[in-house]
Amino acid sequence: MEKHDKDHAELSEVFNKDEDRVNWHDETLWWVRAKRDKAVNQLPEWETLRDLASQIKHNVLGSLDIYLEQFEKNALANGVHVHWATDAEEHNKIVYQLLTEKSINRMVKSKSMLTEECGLNDYLAEHGIEVIDSDLGERIVQLAKEHPSHIVLPCIHKKKEEIGELFHEHLGTPAGVSDPQFLTETARQHLREVFLTRRAALTGVNFAIAETGEFVVCTNEGNADMGAHLADIHIASMGIEKLIPERKHLGVFLRLLTRSATGQPITTYSSHFKSPAEGKEMHIILVDNGRTTQLGREDFRNSLKCIRCGACMNTCPVYRRSGGHSYQNAIAGPIGSILAPNLDMEAHADLPFASTLCGSCSNVCPVKINIHEQLYKWRQVIVQSGKAPAGKKMTMKAMDITLSSPGAYRFAGKAGRLALKFIPFAVNNNLNPWYKHREMPEPPAQSFREWYRSNRNSK
Amino acid sequence: MENTSSREAILAKVRRNKPGATAMPDIDFLEKNVNGSLAKLSAMLDTIGGKLFQVNDWTEIVSTIRAQHPGDGTIYSPIPEVQHITGQINQDEFDGHNLANVEVGIVKAHFAVTENGAVWVTDDQLGNRALPFICQHLAAVIGEDDILPTLHEAYTRSAGHQYQYGAFIAGASKTADIEQSLVLGAHGPRSMMVFVLGKGEAL
Repeated sequence: MEKHDKDHAELSEVFNKDEDRVNWHDETLWWVRAKRDKAVNQLPEWETLRDLASQIKHNVLGSLDIYLEQFEKNALANGVHVHWATDAEEHNKIVYQLLTEKSINRMVKSKSMLTEECGLNDYLAEHGIEVIDSDLGERIVQLAKEHPSHIVLPCIHKKKEEIGELFHEHLGTPAGVSDPQFLTETARQHLREVFLTRRAALTGVNFAIAETGEFVVCTNEGNADMGAHLADIHIASMGIEKLIPERKHLGVFLRLLTRSATGQPITTYSSHFKSPAEGKEMHIILVDNGRTTQLGREDFRNSLKCIRCGACMNTCPVYRRSGGHSYQNAIAGPIGSILAPNLDMEAHADLPFASTLCGSCSNVCPVKINIHEQLYKWRQVIVQSGKAPAGKKMTMKAMDITLSSPGAYRFAGKAGRLALKFIPFAVNNNLNPWYKHREMPEPPAQSFREWYRSNRNSK
Repeated sequence: MENTSSREAILAKVRRNKPGATAMPDIDFLEKNVNGSLAKLSAMLDTIGGKLFQVNDWTEIVSTIRAQHPGDGTIYSPIPEVQHITGQINQDEFDGHNLANVEVGIVKAHFAVTENGAVWVTDDQLGNRALPFICQHLAAVIGEDDILPTLHEAYTRSAGHQYQYGAFIAGASKTADIEQSLVLGAHGPRSMMVFVLGKGEAL
C-alpha cells in the first residue's frame, strides 16, 4: 500500500470546514449509540454475554487451526467448495477464476468489508467484470465513486440531497427529489432487476460454524439472500477469524451483534447457509491477509475477536467529528485504527494517534477488545520503529529534551506564560492545533515553583 | 483450482502464532426453561414492521391476508392446506425467478422468538429459498406452543433440524441508509404477518 498524501489530522481538518455538517454527523452517530444503550439496558445478562463472547473468541484464537480444519471438513461434506487465500491478491484471483470458468462477467455483491479490504471491485473492473453492490448504502457510495465511510452505515457521511442528485444522474429520478422513502423505492426497483439477471452473487460472512460447516450472513435489507438464492453460484468471502466453534454459540453472538450495531434486537435476516440448493454452487474463500501475523502479536491479537458491529465508531468522539474517510482504510474508527497498522504500519502510522484514548470504544465493544489500550500500544511500536508522523516525531523529541532537564522545563514554562501574556498571537494562530475551536485559559502569573519559593521566603 | 500450498501456509502460520489453548466457557445456563410470551412477541413485531394474528384455521389465514391485501395479487405458498384454498398452480420449485411477481408468500415456520420477533424457517418449509425474500409481503405460520423467549432456546430447539438452509426472519425488510430514516421494504418484503394457529388445527 502506498503512503497517503494527507494524514488523518489533515483530512479531519477538511471534514471540519463545514461546521453544520460535522455537527450533524456527530449527532447522527451519537443517536445510533443512544439506541444501542437503550437496547442493551433491556438485557440484565448483557455483561455476561460480553464476557462469554470474549472467552469464546479467545478459545477460537487458541485453537484456530483445529477449527479451520473442522470447518473445512464439514463444509466439504455439505457440498460446499472451500478455497484458501493467503492474501488479498489470491482472494481476488480465486473470485475472478470462478467467474471466468462460467463465462460470467457481471456479479451482484452484498456487504463484505473483506472485499473492500482486498480491493475486489477495482480488481474485477480491471479484468472486465462488472460488480454491483446491493446494500443500499454501498450502492450509493459506489455510484458516487467513493468507499464506505462506516462498516455498518456505509453512506453515513452523505446528506439525502446529495443522494437525490446521484439518483437523478444515475437512476433517472426527478431532479431535486430527496425523500428517503422515494429514493429507497427507486433503488429497490433498480436492484431487483439486478438480482433477477445476475448469475453470480458474492456475500460476506458474519459467522462460520466449525461444528456444522455452515455460515451465517446478517442483513436488514435482504440483499444477501436475494442475490445468493437467485444466482447459479454463491461465493462467500470470509476472514479466517470469523469462525466460532458451535452452532449454539450463535445465540450469544447474534444477541450481541445488532444490539451493539444499531440498537435492533436482531437483523431482519440471519441466514444460515449450509449446502447449495439443487443445481447450484456454493464456494467459501478463507482469507488470511495478515490475520495470522496479527495472531502472533500478543498485544494486538485480541483485535481478531471483532464481529464488525461498528459500536466503537458510533461512540468515538474522534470518529464522529472526523468522518470515516479520514482514516483511509476499509475499516475506519477505533477498531480500524488497531487493525490497519498490522497490514501496513508505515501507511497507517497516523491512525493510532487519531484517538483521545478515552476508552469509550472498549466500553461498548461486545467482545471486550481492549481497543484503547491497543491504540496506546501501537503508538509505542510506531514511535520505536521510527515510523511516527514527522510532526509528531519533532514535538516528541522537543518534549523529551524539555522534560528530561529541570532547567529547560522551567525555562519553557516561563517562556510559555510570557508568550501567552505578551505575544498571544504567536501561539494563538492557525499553526497551533490546540487553538482550533477553543480559547486557552489565562496564564497564571507564576509557576507553582515560583509561588512556593516566594511564599516560603516571606514566612 | 484448489491451492493446497496456501492452505498449508495459513494453517502452519496459525499453529506457529496462536496463543495457548483456553477452555470453552459454559453457556447452557443462559437458557431459561420458560415459554415465550405471545403478548411480548406481538409487541415486538409491531416495532419491526410485523404484525401478529391469532387464527383458528387455514381459511382464516387466507381471508385475513385477502383483507390486508385487497386486489388480485398472487398469493403463493408451498403449504398444501393453503394451495387447497387459493387453488394456485404449482410453480417450478427450482427457479426462484418465477416467484418475482408474488404479492404474498405464505410459509410455515418452526417457531418464533419473543426477544426479537424472529421466526425460524428452513428450506424444507420454503419450496424455494428465494420465496420469503422476493415476495412483496410475507406471512409465516407458527403453532401456539412455538414461542420461545430467546435465541438460546431457539438454537437448542432447532439443534436437531436437518436443513440445507435456514433463516431467522424478523419483520419487514428494512434500511436506514439514507440519513438514518427507517424505510420498510428495502429489497425484500414490505411487511410481515405472523399467524399463530390455534391448537384445533394441525400445523
